[in-house]
Amino acid sequence: MAKITFIEHSGAAHEVEAKDGLSVMEAAVKNNVPGIDADCGGACACATCHVYVDEAWVPKTGAKGAMEESMLDFAEGVQPNSRLSCQIKISADLDGLVVRLPESQH
Amino acid sequence: MIQTSGRIVIVGAGHAGGTVAALLRQYGWQGPITLLGDEPIAPYQRPPLSKAWLKGEADAESLALKPLSFYAEAGIDLRLDTQATSADANQKVVALASGEQIGFDHLILATGAAARKLPIAGGDLRGVLSLRTAADAEALKAALGPGKTLAVVGGGYVGLEAAASARALGAEVVVIEREARILARVAGAVLSDFFQSYHAARGVTFICAAGVEAFEGVGDQFAGVRLADGRLIAADAALVGVGASPNIGLARQMGCACGQGVIIDLNAMTSVADVYAIGDCTERPLPLYGVQGRLESVPNALEQAKQAAAHLCGRPAPAPEAPWFWSDQYDLKLQIAGLPLHAVRAVMRGAPPENPMDPARFAIFHLDAENHVQAVEAINAPAEFMMGRQVLSSRKAVSPEKLADMSISMKEVAV
Repeated sequence: MAKITFIEHSGAAHEVEAKDGLSVMEAAVKNNVPGIDADCGGACACATCHVYVDEAWVPKTGAKGAMEESMLDFAEGVQPNSRLSCQIKISADLDGLVVRLPESQH
Repeated sequence: MIQTSGRIVIVGAGHAGGTVAALLRQYGWQGPITLLGDEPIAPYQRPPLSKAWLKGEADAESLALKPLSFYAEAGIDLRLDTQATSADANQKVVALASGEQIGFDHLILATGAAARKLPIAGGDLRGVLSLRTAADAEALKAALGPGKTLAVVGGGYVGLEAAASARALGAEVVVIEREARILARVAGAVLSDFFQSYHAARGVTFICAAGVEAFEGVGDQFAGVRLADGRLIAADAALVGVGASPNIGLARQMGCACGQGVIIDLNAMTSVADVYAIGDCTERPLPLYGVQGRLESVPNALEQAKQAAAHLCGRPAPAPEAPWFWSDQYDLKLQIAGLPLHAVRAVMRGAPPENPMDPARFAIFHLDAENHVQAVEAINAPAEFMMGRQVLSSRKAVSPEKLADMSISMKEVAV
């Protein structure tokens, strides 16, 4: 299990408990956290689960895949700490993870 | 002042219905929400049924849109195994198969579409399957495995995805297609040819331009597909993937205008006051193309769920999205954005590999006379898809010469 905090663009924070093996996207969607659309359900096909990983956590969330990198290249408001949250797998190492959400996923 | 205290009844607990219920709570709806589903399980994702789920790479829990506990916590009265049999927009009441009547202030039809059946003999034999629901997928999975043969009737996306998954499970696959090429209604010829050779190189047999005469059986068990030319294709199961018909019975009863589906506007409202419709059952405006049309896709269902929830809760309407779609087969990710309605030419960026066993990466851009992208079909080419989707919405013209030159970045192809 890991505790993950999602901070909406408005500043509203949502803390959720998520099982190992789920993706960060699934943790948000299954807890009805607003601001992550995840149109494709985790197939890395839509770039609507974009998050900004808190700087302190960037090394622990691993490297972007080639597909993810190309998708992000064309997403709105991309920053160096941008990730597609469907590509970050939850493990005990990510207990305490903080991610921020962009203003819009579309 | 928008009232958010009325009673909302949602008929249909698929991807569209489940999503609109959750969004209404996210957007602040205060009143009671009842979500009626005729399947025995809570709203779930259907796309993985032909892909990850069929291959055993995803379980029921991961398919669920939300955990079951969510509905009670969010004050959503989710009723499963429940069929709405009639609806009355004047009395504002929905009747259930049980005889119970549920009153509403606003009704959302999310009734989906049903797999089309072929009007031929033998369709009710055991082993003649379609693929819409989790129960359908269970039946298909049980029929697959090493040594089994699956006959796929209809070379569309569902059939091809199932064919790829069946090969991964060790089954033999024969695809029978009525048209001269697979994907005839939904993709260009280059893409059709590419998918056919990619599948063929991985052991799928194709019979195109072939009519299906009957499903034949031994007793009540399916045993083969009889073609119009007399040939019998022996198989252990048949998957019929020949499209879907929208479920518009309730909408018609209430007097909602219907064409190919329930006709709605950009707020997902039907022609009848306080009745919305979303997802596969609708015929919707396509503002980027100036026409109405039917789209059967998850992004379409989600967009309309947002439109209905925003309208009900008094939020600004979401910006129109370019239609898009994806499919996973083997190691291929197909992403399509847009519709080639006004396209006059196709520009290739890269090309299918000469040897279908080699890795593939290419995209086909469909342009109108002013070099606006109307549609893009991308194979393992996410940058091409993302950029194509963007210029579709922004209506920026592109340079066909730059598009065709893979040494030029997709960021530099706009004129």
